[in-house]
Amino acid sequence: MSAVLPQHGSHDHSHDHDHDHGPLKGWRRWVFATNHKDIGTMYLLFSFAMLMIGGILALCIRAELFQPGLQFFNPELFNSFTTMHGLIMVFGAIMPAFAGFANWMIPLQIGASDMAFARMNNFSFWLLIPAAIMLAGSFFMPGGAPAAGWTLYAPLTLQMGPSMDAGIFAMHIMGASSIMGSINIIVTILNMRAPGMTLMKMPLFAWTWLITAYLLIAVMPVLAGAITMTLTDRHFGTSFFSPAGGGDPIMYQHIFWFFGHPEVYIMILPAFGIVSAIVPAFARKRLFGYTSMVYATASIAILSFIVWAHHMYVTGMPVTGQLFFMYATMLIAVPTGVKIFNWIATMWRGSMTFETPMLWAVGFIFVFTIGGFTGLILAMAPIDIQLQDTYYVVAHFHYVLVAGSLYALFAGVYYWGPKWTGVMYSETRGKIHFWGSLIFFNVTFFPMHFLGLAGMPRRYADYPMQFADFNAIATIGAFGFGLMQVYFFLFVVVPMMRGQGAKAPQKPWEGAEGLEWEVPSPAPFHTFENPPKLDVTATRVVG
Amino acid sequence: MNKMTNKTWKSRALQGTAALALAAGTHAAWAVNDLIGGPARNQVDLHPSVTRIGAEVQGLHQFMLVICLVIFIAVFGVMFYSIIKHRKSVGHKSANFHESVAVEIAWTIVPFAIVVVMGLMATKTVVAMKDTSNADLTIKTTGYQWKWGYDYLKGEGEGIGFLSSLDVAQRNMSDAGKPAGDDYLLKVDNPLVVPVNKKIRIITTANDVIHSWMVPAFAVKQDAIPGFVRDTWFRAEKTGDFYGQCVELCGKEHAYMPIHVKVLSAEDYTKWVEAKKKEMAAKADDPSKVWTLEALAERGAKVYAANCAVCHRPDGKGAGPIKPLDGAAVVLDADKTKQIGVLLNGQNNGTMPAWKGLSDTEIAAVITYTKNNWSNKTGQIVQPAEVVAARK
Repeated sequence: MSAVLPQHGSHDHSHDHDHDHGPLKGWRRWVFATNHKDIGTMYLLFSFAMLMIGGILALCIRAELFQPGLQFFNPELFNSFTTMHGLIMVFGAIMPAFAGFANWMIPLQIGASDMAFARMNNFSFWLLIPAAIMLAGSFFMPGGAPAAGWTLYAPLTLQMGPSMDAGIFAMHIMGASSIMGSINIIVTILNMRAPGMTLMKMPLFAWTWLITAYLLIAVMPVLAGAITMTLTDRHFGTSFFSPAGGGDPIMYQHIFWFFGHPEVYIMILPAFGIVSAIVPAFARKRLFGYTSMVYATASIAILSFIVWAHHMYVTGMPVTGQLFFMYATMLIAVPTGVKIFNWIATMWRGSMTFETPMLWAVGFIFVFTIGGFTGLILAMAPIDIQLQDTYYVVAHFHYVLVAGSLYALFAGVYYWGPKWTGVMYSETRGKIHFWGSLIFFNVTFFPMHFLGLAGMPRRYADYPMQFADFNAIATIGAFGFGLMQVYFFLFVVVPMMRGQGAKAPQKPWEGAEGLEWEVPSPAPFHTFENPPKLDVTATRVVG
Repeated sequence: MNKMTNKTWKSRALQGTAALALAAGTHAAWAVNDLIGGPARNQVDLHPSVTRIGAEVQGLHQFMLVICLVIFIAVFGVMFYSIIKHRKSVGHKSANFHESVAVEIAWTIVPFAIVVVMGLMATKTVVAMKDTSNADLTIKTTGYQWKWGYDYLKGEGEGIGFLSSLDVAQRNMSDAGKPAGDDYLLKVDNPLVVPVNKKIRIITTANDVIHSWMVPAFAVKQDAIPGFVRDTWFRAEKTGDFYGQCVELCGKEHAYMPIHVKVLSAEDYTKWVEAKKKEMAAKADDPSKVWTLEALAERGAKVYAANCAVCHRPDGKGAGPIKPLDGAAVVLDADKTKQIGVLLNGQNNGTMPAWKGLSDTEIAAVITYTKNNWSNKTGQIVQPAEVVAARK
């Protein structure tokens, strides 16, 4: 191994990587990939493809709801759309997208040469492909795709056709993939940091992912247990959840949400990490309260295990149960608030510029906080009982999942994209994508608060006519939002992947800090093959 | 001249905006008014409450809205001030602070105090909502795929029981994509009737999957869980009609099992109970009665329209995964017990639900109807007594 480490300030990278160990040629490079950057790229492309499929399903839902009355789909197919939209977005789009970011950025950020288990890394990605095919292919199975809602509540799942089994199997595989990916991330972070990169100097993105990975390992097996019991109830005569045999359908909900609530944080904590990297970079000022950010993240993760039943107030809990879960849920507002305050304190008296990544990050803080407030309102058990299973809940979780997770993912793509591809995106196109998405997002989801307050139930293929106008507005917004993402793919992603655009410097952002900016753009195939020597802040390579 | 052009331009712009609003809101297409006790057109807040709990929930919601709005304005006031003043383009140089223990502690403690206050505010209502004791009238509500069953268990009207399903015309309008009426998808054949100013305890359960019984104006929502009973309560303070819908995904017809509660004055309620009891006595079928084919098939046509036509279609052809009855082997089979068995026990994991909740006469009638309708001309007749035998 004769790799020469990239020297700080040196723009000569003709010897950056070992030419004897370059990528394989053709399809072998991808199928046999063990390089964290290639696997990261595949994760990101996979998740974008799933985002498009899930998005098309969402548009089918919105098209049907544009006007009252059934225009396009029968109610059973409509239920399949809502179910598959949820499953595909959660397990196919958002989670793998963050795994893609982790693969690309964690080794670069902590000065490691690659992920700890390179072959397992390959396996965790390639498992997703058969799982996704099985999940999306269930539409073509007899009886159609699962239509029991993404939460897969028993005993409705026991009535589903054979596609339910395909869906359960697909989720088992995706869970295995997530667990392997998480083990890989934990081992990489704990063992492969460059000398001098102590845990409390680590970039927050690595921190949030470390905590997320622990959450994943803790709760994915819980989901696997719940859906396996559903499977045996369906085929092997057990009665875990089937009341006909003495089973308890509510037990399913407890187990599911014991997974489901930490899952919510699995989808948002890495987003916090991305935003925590971007805000200081464009405020040209260090992140305010780094230590409290780490502790706040950990507190959110721990609290996420004791709030699950706030999804179940209307199942009829004892009064003490309702009170406990209400208080615990409200507590989560405290560490989440700390994060928002820290980001704003970072911006305070900075020297800000608003390139596209910063726009997305500020957009994230603004719109995510609205979702946070509606979350606080929903945490109040009496109000939740009024609003549970209405469009208010739909509005709430899209404010935190789309305007939260997805906005942060876009922010990250614009922020690190130049490092990945070696070219700058077009700033004008980035801004069109941001403003278009921001406006259409709010046009789509803001009216849903009103629908929910007025009592329109979710997962309805048809609705009383008093709800018609807000539904029409939401549908128009949804199609606009969908078009903006097509625009993003055609006019931002494709040009960057083809290398069209200004050449990206090693560090395109004036205020950015971290080891990823110590390697050239695009990042060479192999980086940090020998542990780099770091300065005292662990943000630069010295000597 | 100039003035006029200006005026024309203005009115044109107004027209244009109005047209856009029309297109966006599809206003013109839907002639619909507020439904008293149900949703108002373009309603943006909770329903006007007719129960004390509803009023408390509304108060809590307003309190939360105000607090959230104040925090929102304060926090984002600071952020946008910073965005405007502390930008590089106006020449602001970045400061170099990045830690302050005092500030960190302050913005942990203050939000903590705020959420404690919020929690305490809600506690009283949580406890009140759960107190189902000392009810004047207890009604069991059973969720079926896809209708509600009401049984008056205790209090005035004890013994009354009936099913409440969506008015068939509503379902047909939905399928045709031609909705009409202020109570579209909310109109039922038999509303739940309760007296005003009495504490009504609702016990929920379900026959097949989880349903959820909601009436927004009462601030009541309770899952109906098969194999389990749960309860909730309300005390309506106004007479009138109040509407809700099933809010837990329960399969294909989830959107088509509304709830209609009619709140009557004490005297009217007493009259209703008397009339309902007489009606029930008159309707009770003697399962040992022997029917003629014509009379039974005629009765069966009504049962079919109310229960079967949604899935199997009025022409008996089925749709998608739903099997046709017209020409079906099990319907034409000379062994009548086969079809009786399907109706009593369901088929295909409940895709065809069990209909054992129907009376013996109703099951006999609908089977006779399907055996002698469309192209099915078996001439077979199933007497209620045969259903009674099959149930054993």
